Amino acid sequence: MSRRDEELRRSVFTRRALLLGAGQLGLFGFLGYRLQKLQLQEGERYATLAEENRVSTRLLAPPRGRILDRAGRVVSANDLNWRVLLTAEQAEDVGATLDTFSHLVPLTEAERARIAREIRRRRRFVPVVVREFLSWEEMARIEVNAPDLPGISVDVGTTRAYAYAEHLAHVVGYVAPPAEADMNEDPLLSLPGIRVGRAGVERFHDRVLRGRAGTVEMEVNAVGRVIRELDRREGLPGQDVQISVDAELQKAVRGRIGDGTSVVVLDAQNGEVLALASQPSFDPNLFSSGISAAQWREWTRSRVTPLINKATTGLYAPGSTFKMVVGLAALDAKTMTPTERIPCPGHYDLGDTRFHCWRRTGHGSLDLRGALKHSCDCYFYEAARRTGIDRIAAMARRLGLGVDPEIDLPGAKPGFVPTREWRIRQGKPWNLGDTVVHGIGQGFYQMTPLSLATMTARLATGRAVQPHLTHSVDGRPVRGNRAEDWPSLDIPHRDLTLIREGMWAVVNEGSGTARAAALPGHLGIMAGKTGSVQVRRVTREQRERGYRAEAMPREWRPHALFVAFAPYDSPRYAISVVVEHGLSGAGAAAPLARDIMVDVMHRLRDAPPAPPARLADRQGPRP
Amino acid sequence: MTVFERRLLTRDRGSGLLGKLWRVPWVLVLLLCGVAGVGYVALYSAGGGAPEPYAGRHALRFAFGLVMMLGIALVDIRVIAKLSWAGYALGVALLVLVALHGQVGKGAQRWIEIGPVQLQPSELMKIMLVLALAHWFHRASWKRAGNILFLIPPLLAVLLPVGLILKQPNLGTGLITLMIGGAVFWAAGVRWWKFALVIGAAAGIAPLAYGHLHDYQRARIDVFLDPESDPLGSGYNIIQSKIALGSGGLWGKGFLQGTQGHLNFLPEKQTDFIFTMLAEEFGMVGAMGTLLLLAAVVLFALLVALRTRHQYGRLVAVGLGVNYFLYVFVNIGMVTGSIPVGGVPLPLISHGGSAMLTSMLGFGLMMSVFVHRDAEFAASRE
Repeated sequence: MSRRDEELRRSVFTRRALLLGAGQLGLFGFLGYRLQKLQLQEGERYATLAEENRVSTRLLAPPRGRILDRAGRVVSANDLNWRVLLTAEQAEDVGATLDTFSHLVPLTEAERARIAREIRRRRRFVPVVVREFLSWEEMARIEVNAPDLPGISVDVGTTRAYAYAEHLAHVVGYVAPPAEADMNEDPLLSLPGIRVGRAGVERFHDRVLRGRAGTVEMEVNAVGRVIRELDRREGLPGQDVQISVDAELQKAVRGRIGDGTSVVVLDAQNGEVLALASQPSFDPNLFSSGISAAQWREWTRSRVTPLINKATTGLYAPGSTFKMVVGLAALDAKTMTPTERIPCPGHYDLGDTRFHCWRRTGHGSLDLRGALKHSCDCYFYEAARRTGIDRIAAMARRLGLGVDPEIDLPGAKPGFVPTREWRIRQGKPWNLGDTVVHGIGQGFYQMTPLSLATMTARLATGRAVQPHLTHSVDGRPVRGNRAEDWPSLDIPHRDLTLIREGMWAVVNEGSGTARAAALPGHLGIMAGKTGSVQVRRVTREQRERGYRAEAMPREWRPHALFVAFAPYDSPRYAISVVVEHGLSGAGAAAPLARDIMVDVMHRLRDAPPAPPARLADRQGPRP
Repeated sequence: MTVFERRLLTRDRGSGLLGKLWRVPWVLVLLLCGVAGVGYVALYSAGGGAPEPYAGRHALRFAFGLVMMLGIALVDIRVIAKLSWAGYALGVALLVLVALHGQVGKGAQRWIEIGPVQLQPSELMKIMLVLALAHWFHRASWKRAGNILFLIPPLLAVLLPVGLILKQPNLGTGLITLMIGGAVFWAAGVRWWKFALVIGAAAGIAPLAYGHLHDYQRARIDVFLDPESDPLGSGYNIIQSKIALGSGGLWGKGFLQGTQGHLNFLPEKQTDFIFTMLAEEFGMVGAMGTLLLLAAVVLFALLVALRTRHQYGRLVAVGLGVNYFLYVFVNIGMVTGSIPVGGVPLPLISHGGSAMLTSMLGFGLMMSVFVHRDAEFAASRE
C-alpha cells in the first residue's frame, strides 16, 4: 500500500471515527435527557406511584359496643372466638397437616374442600380459617399437638354473644354480616368477619355500637407480604348502650307466658320499657355464627312466627280496653257527664239494627264508673253515638293510639284509628252504626300491645310519655328518662280521675270484671281493664243457638286483653297483655298481668337503674 | 531523578516489559475501576446491604478480570492479529456448540457451562468478530474498501454468527452483533451509499420479519410501543423500572433506602435493572454521574483508535468501543423505557460473570492496541 493510500485511509478513518463519537455522544445525551425527564419532570408522579406500590392501608375493626340492661347486666357482649388458621407456606404438606388435625377435631369433606379452595385462591403466606368457634377443650388438644401440626396457628377473634338468648331477642335483636349494598356506606363493613345489627337495639344503635374503624399503614413488598408497620391510627371503639329493660324481669315474664302472648311493661312516669315480650322467640346467637338455611326456613315458615315481635308489630282490635278512650272523649266533648246513667237492657237499638251487650241480661242503669267496672257495652254504644267517631279518634291519638310510637326499636307499627274522612276517602259512607260498633273497640281499630301499654301509661300519669328503650349511651343518660321530660296531655284531672276510678273498680270491687287480678294488699293497688275481641263475627244464628266461644276451634276463639297500671295512688308501672285466642281478658290476660305486676314491683320498686357502665370498664379483645 | 535518568527511562519505553507497562492506558484502567466500584455499591445495596451474595463476588471477579486484562494488554498486537481468524473460528464453534448442547434460559439456548463458568458464546463472538473484521480490513486501501467483491467475505463473516445468535433465539444480541459489524465496516471506509442501501432494504423487510419473530420477541416490541397495554405481564418490568427510577428524583432516596428495589417491585434488580437501583437510591445526580463515567470509557476507546498508527488496531479499538457502548445504551435505554427490553446487562456493574469477563477481555485487547499503537505492522501481502 502506498503512503498516499495510507494517508487517505487514515483521514477517512479519522473523519468517520469522529462522526461515530459524535453519534455516541448524542445517544448518551438522549439517555441523559430520558433520565432528566423521568427523575425531574415526572419524578413526583413516579414517587407517588412508588408509594402506592409500597404502602398498603388496612382497616382495624373496632370492638363493638356492648348492650347492658337496666341493672347493668351485659346482655350483648363480644365473646372470644377461638379460631384455627392454616398458613400453607409454613405447612410442609397441607394435606398431611389437615389429616393430623382431623384426628383431633374432625373435619367434614365439605370443610376440607373449602379450605383447599381458599388456599388455592390466596397467596401462600395468607392464613386460611380452618375452623371457628372451637371449645376450650378442642383448643387445648390442638395446642398440645402443635409440633405435629406445621402451619397450624390459633387466633382469637370476637363473636357476638347474647347471654339472655331468646329472652331478649326481640328487644336486643341480632347481628349478621352486612349486605353487599351497605358496604359502600362505611368501609369498615367490608372487613371480613364484621357484623352489623339487623334487628332490635343492635340495629337501631348500630352506628353507636359499631364505632369507627382505625387504619394501619403497612409497607408491603411486591407479593403483598407485610414488611413493617408504618403508621397506625386507632379507631373509635363502639360505645355501650344501656337499655331500660330489666333482663331478669324479662326472663320471668317470658317464663310466665305461652305462645301467642305479648306483654309490655312500661315505666308509666317516663315511658321506659321495662319488659317487652313476645312468645315464641328465637335464639339470636345462631345469627352470630351464621344461621343455617334449614333453621331460617323453620323460623320463617312457622305458624307461631318466632321472628316476629308481636308486642310491637302484632295488630289487634283493642276491644273493651278502648272504653277508657271513648269515655274520656265523651267527657272531653261534654256529651256525657260523670254522673249520667245509661240504661242497659242487654242490647242497644239504632234504627233497625240491634247491638248486643256482652251480658245478655243487661246491666240495668250505669254511670261511666259503673260502665267501666262492668264493661257495659250499651253505655259506650251511646257515648260513641253522642261523641262521634272523629272526636274519639282524636282522643285515641292523644293517648298514643294509631300514631307512630317513635320507639327506638325498628319495625314497630303505628296501628290504625279510623276517622270519617278516611272512610269517605275510601269511597264508602260512614254510618252511625259504624260509630256505635267502634264505641266498644271493635271495627277497624288496629293496636299493638305496645300502644295499649302507652295508652295505659298516659291514662295513669296524664303525661304524653313515649315508650323508649335507650337508657344511656356511653354512660350519658338520654333525654326522656325523667317524668318532667314529657309534657302534660292537657286532659282535665277530674276526667282522668274518673276513668282511673273505673279501672280501679274493675280490679278491686266485688263485681268488677277482673276481681281476681287484684294485687296482694301490701304491694298496693292495681287498676286495669279487660278486653276480649272476636276474631270472627258471631252470627245471629250462632247467638240463638247459644254461642260459646270456648267451644270454638282455637283459632276462632277471641283474643284476651288486659291493660293495667299500679300502684293506684301514685302510678308507676303500666302493663298490657294480649293473649291470642285466650277467650276472655278476665280469664286469660288479667291473671298474667297480676303475676307480672307483682314481679315488677318486687324487683324494681326500690331498685333504681344501675349507674351506667363507663367506657373504661369495657373489656373485650381487639381483633 | 535527573533529567538524564528520565530520558533513559523514556528511551527504555520502546521495548521491554517495563516500557509496555508504562504505556498501558492507566486512565482507562482507573475509569474501569470506577465503573466496577459503582457496580460494587449497587450490588451491595441489591444484596440487602451486604456484600453477599452479589457485591463480594463482583469484586473478586473484577480483580481476576483486571489481572487478565493487563496480561492481554502486554501481548503484542501483531500476535493477536495473527490469531484473529482462529478466535473467530472458536467463537463460531462455541455458538454451534451452544445450539447443540446449550443450557436453555428464558426459552432460548444461550450459554454453556465450562467448569464453574457459565459462558455466553455470543458475548465472546462479538469480540472475535471485531478482530476478524479488523484483520480483513487491515489490508484494504480506501479504493479496495469500495470494491463490492472484497466486501462479500467479511459480510458473510458477520452474517454467520448473527444468524446463529438469532436462532437461539436472541434478537437483541443478534442485532447488536450486526451493528458492531456495521461499525467496523463503517470505520474501514465502506461507502455511505452502501449503508443507506442496506438500511433502506432492512426497513422494507422489517414488517415481514416481524411476522417471523417469536411471540415473546413480538411482545417486547408491542409492550415497548405501549407499556400500559400489559401492566402485569411483559410491561410490568418496564413500568416498575420507570417507577423506581422516576421516584429517585434529583438526589435519590439514599444508599440502601430505595424502596422499590428492596421490596422486589423491581425485577432482576441485580442484573438487567441494576442501573434502576442506582438511579432510585442516588437520584439523577448519581445516575448522570454514572452515565458520564461510562461515556468517558466509550470516548477513551475512540481516543485509542485515533492515536493508533495501524489500521488493525484502529478498527479493533473502534469495534470494541462500539461493543461496550451498545451494552450501555441498550441497557440504560431499556430501563428508562426508551427502547425495547433486550435482556442486556450493564457490564462491570451488573451481577454476572460472563459479561464482565468478556468485556474485560475486550478492554484488554483495546489496551494492547494502545500499548502497541506505534508498532510496525506489515501490511502483509499487497
